[in-house]
Amino acid sequence: MFANFDFDVIARSLRYLFFDGMTFTLILTALATAGGIVFGTMLALMRLSGFPLLAVPATGYVNLMRSVPLVLMIFWFYFLVPYIGQWLTGAERPIQVGYFTSSLVAFTLFEAAYFCEIMRAGIQSISRGQLAAAQALGMSYPQTMGYIVLPQAFRNMLPVLLTQTIILFQDTSLVYVLSITDFLGAASKVAQRDGRLVEMYLFAAVVYFVISFAASQGVRALSHRTAIIR
Amino acid sequence: MTDIQIDINEVSKWYGPFQVLNRCSTKVGKGEVVVVCGPSGSGKSTLIKCVNGLEPFTQGAITVDGISVGDPKTNLPKLRARIGMVFQHFELFPHLTVMRNLVLAQIKVLGRSSGEAHENGMRLLDRVGLRDQAEKFPGELSGGQQQRVAIARALAMDPIAMLFDEPTSALDPEMIKEVLDVMVGLARDGMTMIVVTHEMGFARQVARRVVFMDKGEIVEDAPTEEFFGSPRSERAQMFLSKILQY
Amino acid sequence: MNYHWNWGIFWDISPDGAHSYLQTLLLGTTWTLATAFFAWCLALLFGSIIGVIRTTPNAWLVRLGNAYVELFRNIPLLVQMFLWYFVLPEVVPQAIGTWLKQQPNASFYTAVVALGFYTSARVAEQVRAGILSLAQGQRLAALALGLTLPQAYGFVLLPMAYRIMLPPLTSELLNIIKNSSVALTIGLMELTARARSMQEFSFQVFEAFTAATVIYIVINIAVTFAMRALERRTAVSGFIGASPAAAH
Repeated sequence: MFANFDFDVIARSLRYLFFDGMTFTLILTALATAGGIVFGTMLALMRLSGFPLLAVPATGYVNLMRSVPLVLMIFWFYFLVPYIGQWLTGAERPIQVGYFTSSLVAFTLFEAAYFCEIMRAGIQSISRGQLAAAQALGMSYPQTMGYIVLPQAFRNMLPVLLTQTIILFQDTSLVYVLSITDFLGAASKVAQRDGRLVEMYLFAAVVYFVISFAASQGVRALSHRTAIIR
Repeated sequence: MTDIQIDINEVSKWYGPFQVLNRCSTKVGKGEVVVVCGPSGSGKSTLIKCVNGLEPFTQGAITVDGISVGDPKTNLPKLRARIGMVFQHFELFPHLTVMRNLVLAQIKVLGRSSGEAHENGMRLLDRVGLRDQAEKFPGELSGGQQQRVAIARALAMDPIAMLFDEPTSALDPEMIKEVLDVMVGLARDGMTMIVVTHEMGFARQVARRVVFMDKGEIVEDAPTEEFFGSPRSERAQMFLSKILQY
Repeated sequence: MNYHWNWGIFWDISPDGAHSYLQTLLLGTTWTLATAFFAWCLALLFGSIIGVIRTTPNAWLVRLGNAYVELFRNIPLLVQMFLWYFVLPEVVPQAIGTWLKQQPNASFYTAVVALGFYTSARVAEQVRAGILSLAQGQRLAALALGLTLPQAYGFVLLPMAYRIMLPPLTSELLNIIKNSSVALTIGLMELTARARSMQEFSFQVFEAFTAATVIYIVINIAVTFAMRALERRTAVSGFIGASPAAAH
């Protein structure tokens, strides 16, 4: 059945697949992870603040994002970001932004909801005694959070955060719906152009598998190691 | 008592309908050591946490060095920085080395330079006999060592008074002495201390007064010899007979 | 904002000439729910089997189960859909491939299969974790009573494990509903695809997406409530899942 399997089409397009496609995928993953963790941590602090004025909007936001499919959010932000840009800059008409910006905004805001829940669990895992000890030393709320609670929460949750990043890495393939040349987009374009769907999609699957599997094994090793230290 | 350092006046506290503190009053003079004891759930830990505002109270007033703890205008972090506290479960920061535990608040809260903070930290580690453990993480130390580091951490802030919340009750028996030795040394050096503990030997040795609490009330507040010699209340007698039986 | 809102658009007739835009969205919703439902049945069945064999004492079965889970977890769902839709018909014998391609509603069947297998790996993780969270004593007690291993699983371990797993399974059920939107890439006209096509033809972007968002939220709330009710009905006192009030 693989008699007419054309390995050459893969070899010929390697440069395009990795330099154009995978680079986009990895940059989007890295930036959306960083942005998502920062915004997600802020949301978690808002949810745990005890002030309804902060907690209620944050909870609503997280529940909203977790209720809708990522694909729909990608579409939403593709059309919404130009208007947000217009509103932020006070321009006369919607700001034209590239695919990259709109998908970065979509992924950051979407994943922030998931990172929020991870960080919230992490913060709640820190005992009240640690808070009391920091306060007893005269630390303010930002100091207590910044030096004592968040570093520990982040460390405790590191394996979960990394696992979520692997999920995010796989999710970035959904920018396909905007015809963006991420890794899958690149593979798909070659597949359509050369009529080599079997080769290209199998190759894409193998590449995603190898990266995700290696990364998740790494996370597993890491969580075993941190489990011993503590 | 010439110089009152900590003044607890008619303090009451409710958790919903449940009263945990009932009109508690006592005064602690400068350089005085007061031991607070009583059965579990008597409110002694809650009372000591009211002193540095970790627990809010409903009625009454507490002043430390003339500053009112319950006053909403009081800068609580600033006040807390001047009162050392030692916890039952040590509460060292597990993600920081022993030395970082000692210097963090000195630098971030008191604004000391890193060099000064480290020097001070080293001096106090020396004092609690743990000079060579500075670069270890809390998880690598024994319980007794961790509690001594916690005492050094509190002392590093140059506190005007120290609060101890059952500092030895989470320790294995063989480690209790090393912690109590440090506390006895502190008391001899004239530190103002409120110690919640069941270590009656310690109380006899260094406490000037013993406060006995039960069901959220201060039942007895007497000089040490008097408390152990002839406690006036029946509840204190019962308590003593139970914990001194063996 | 110089965007022209027109909420009346939902009652306009869509390009198919027969349905209003609102009706097309509701039609999409039924496809979303149908896809999710059949895929969920598949996921529960395969997920339970794989999850159970990963807790058996047989090392080879455990390895097989682990390989299954790793395979389906480490390839993006979208790529898996493409594999089932574009690649599978090409690599099977030609007659079968042709037959596959000629199926009406091929994208629906493909979506169900792809989503079902993808989710089964995640369900398998939950099933395994649920069984392992039970005390080893439960298994030993069941075996000591003379139950066979399959009986021990069927009567003792799984009934309890499923109760423990209900909350995580609820979130997988919600995930499968959301993930069915990925099938728009292989041409399934589910809810998100309908909103997208409404936006393309009517140019009323935000109305279309708002409607889809609201429908997803309603589905979410309904499923969450239903699963909570199920949790309460199946709760065993003194165990996870029992209501907190009973813990006093």
